[in-house]
Amino acid sequence: MSTVTTDPHAHAEHEHHGPAKGLKRWLYTTNHKDIGTLYLLFALTMFFIGGAMAMVIRAELFQPGLQIVEPDFFNQMTTVHGLIMVFGAVMPAFTGLANWLVPMMIGAPDMALPRMNNWSFWILPFAFSILLASLFMEGGGPGFGWTFYAPLSTTYSSDSTALFVFSVHIMGISSIMGAINVIVTIMNLRAPGMTYMKMPLFVWTWFITAYLLIAVMPVLAGAVTMVLTDKYFGTSFFDAAGGGDPVLFQHIFWFFGHPEVYIMILPAFGIVSSIVPTFARKPLFGYASMVYATSSIALLSFLVWAHHMFTTGMPVFAELFFMYCTMLIAVPTGVKVFNWVATMWRGAMTFEVPMMFALAFIVLFTIGGFSGLMLAITPADFQYHDTYFVVAHFHYVLVTGAIFSIMAAAYYWLPKWTGHMYDETLGQWHFWCSLISVNVLFFPMHFVGLAGMPRRIPDYALQFADFNALISIGGFAFGLSQLLFVWLVVKCIKGGEKATDQVWEGAEGLEWTIPSPAPYHSFTTPPEIK
Amino acid sequence: MSEKYEHYYVPDQSPWPIVGAVALFMMAFGAGHFVNDVTKDQSGYGGYLLLAGVATLIFMLVGWFRNVIDESMHGLYSKQLDRSYRQGMSWFIFSEVMFFAAFFGALFYARIIAIPWLDGASNNASTAAVLWPAFEAAWPLLKTPGGTETQSMPWQGLPLYNTLILLASSVTLQFAHIGLEQNKRGQLKLMLGLTILLGACFLYLQGVEYIHAYQDLGLKLDSGIYGNTFFLLTGFHGLHVTLGALFLLIVFLRIVLKNHFTAHKHFAFQAAAWYWHFVDVVWLCLFIFVYVL
Repeated sequence: MSTVTTDPHAHAEHEHHGPAKGLKRWLYTTNHKDIGTLYLLFALTMFFIGGAMAMVIRAELFQPGLQIVEPDFFNQMTTVHGLIMVFGAVMPAFTGLANWLVPMMIGAPDMALPRMNNWSFWILPFAFSILLASLFMEGGGPGFGWTFYAPLSTTYSSDSTALFVFSVHIMGISSIMGAINVIVTIMNLRAPGMTYMKMPLFVWTWFITAYLLIAVMPVLAGAVTMVLTDKYFGTSFFDAAGGGDPVLFQHIFWFFGHPEVYIMILPAFGIVSSIVPTFARKPLFGYASMVYATSSIALLSFLVWAHHMFTTGMPVFAELFFMYCTMLIAVPTGVKVFNWVATMWRGAMTFEVPMMFALAFIVLFTIGGFSGLMLAITPADFQYHDTYFVVAHFHYVLVTGAIFSIMAAAYYWLPKWTGHMYDETLGQWHFWCSLISVNVLFFPMHFVGLAGMPRRIPDYALQFADFNALISIGGFAFGLSQLLFVWLVVKCIKGGEKATDQVWEGAEGLEWTIPSPAPYHSFTTPPEIK
Repeated sequence: MSEKYEHYYVPDQSPWPIVGAVALFMMAFGAGHFVNDVTKDQSGYGGYLLLAGVATLIFMLVGWFRNVIDESMHGLYSKQLDRSYRQGMSWFIFSEVMFFAAFFGALFYARIIAIPWLDGASNNASTAAVLWPAFEAAWPLLKTPGGTETQSMPWQGLPLYNTLILLASSVTLQFAHIGLEQNKRGQLKLMLGLTILLGACFLYLQGVEYIHAYQDLGLKLDSGIYGNTFFLLTGFHGLHVTLGALFLLIVFLRIVLKNHFTAHKHFAFQAAAWYWHFVDVVWLCLFIFVYVL
């Protein structure tokens, strides 16, 4: 806490060492750990709400034909599932991890702007209540896909579109403030001696992610604003009759959307780069190249957006440009995967749950990366576009990529957060159930996709029936497996074997030098970094 | 990091952020219903909720900033915190730049790609022939493919005066800053007051221009992509000028009524000034790409 002595009457006078009591602690908090916990719990809740929607989707697709839900409601499920998982689960989970870890990792007392930090968080539950409430409106919730392409979201959308637009606006405000906070914290609050090239990679990847967020969230705000005026106020940004172009929507959306993809994966790279060295008991191989690779991925992410739009009729020059730029991203990503593998080379490896999730991440994210390369090939993409192959691809990078890394992070830092070791047996059960079911769930999607099954449709041709039943079984199993995680977390909060300060034998970094559970204020005076 | 290490300032718990979150909730939920109510000519609670949200937000801003100003005036802030605020403000302005970039992007896309293609450019000859045979590409787009007609807003006259006014306001603001740094409080007050006055003139003239556009030129928000980009770009810019002017006004009142800010410590003044210069630069781009070219 502050030790400013110049002022007699203001806040610094009474030092507060512990958290306030009751509900106020959570509503008024300026503590990065409290806010981190709030973010993580919120993300977990949203993960289950979005997951429940995925279960509805899989239940409907269990058999061909329409059985359970109306097609219109099916569309709302795919849409809101996507929106919740992207903006409500993955992004807040990463922000929660950043809140907990960045100040501890750089030796700071808290985030640079703690009150704004609280505001960033508390906007989210309200934003998502609006989005979820819109499902109960007359005419239904948003059903135009999480990408809300015009004219689906303009000419053909329901009244709930306005609520969707404004909830996205305030989510964006939350993300931008969160990102500003992370950048300012990292630039300004590093302990003496913590130079940029000594920062842990999780801090580096979040630093770069935050730049991406500030650059593209306002563009998303612009896109939803144009959708709003097109639908309600007679503008024609996305209407050829008024001189606009529906393809313009896709350009603006994906200018946001592609960097957004990296917003959801760069922190995952940081997490894996923290975990692999610990359990291989070797320093990370190629630290500097990791930093440069992350930066180049971030820069390239601004030059590849139209690879989502190869079938819209762009000039050949544009198709080629975006194809080559997209493939170029494989190079820095390959550097990363190489470095992780090289870190493990001849390491003294052990396989606790965080390491298992990190290893699964490396293998399965790479599969998602390879299918991404297939999709990057323009002429091949003409075949794959809008099929389940695309669904398989982005679920490999987002579920076995982003979500697995978040799980790995949760297991890795849970002892630091709660002060107790988690139940290793239960964790291994959670891991293996998740690993097997997630592949039963998403791997066959490659096959049905290549065979031509289109995405976002509640019915399908008979020849896809067997695979879809299998996929649905995998889906339900994956969903149920996550309940093990909740059980494990509750157990770990309530008690368990006492965790040491260092927790893991090979763990290095400032967060492992303070007690477990981490005290309410980690560093009252800045630690020395050698 | 610098020579001697400073201690951190972490503020106490604060009720303002949650008030702000509730305010944004009311605004978003209210606006979502209000938009449906207005466009369907039905009555509803949306508008009231929106207004209540705005009121709550203003209440929150007043309370929050009062806290921050108090802390600052009591000398609680270190150099480090000052840097945090400055960097935070710069990144906020960068996010605003990106917001305008989305609309400028739409403008350029329409001018360079969408409109020529509707007239058959690139490889779209048959599309144009089949869909919009009568359409001719032009900018400003005075007749849309769908047949809506309008007139263009000339850059001479009001827009030019407004450009000069806003440029002048940036200059006066710079003189105010110099006055502050050289401890010439009279110059500071005069120049800052003048800046706010020029901003108000700009907004007034912009209003006159809008009335002229609607009444005399038939240039409306829904007159095709030209009207769309014209009103959304100038409209959002006008909104930012309003916010910037309010920001400057608060700084002005703090200087005149409370004698706040010194030559070395004036983050709020600096932030308001940055914001104002940013708004000015956006206008220059607007003037060039929306009016002149």
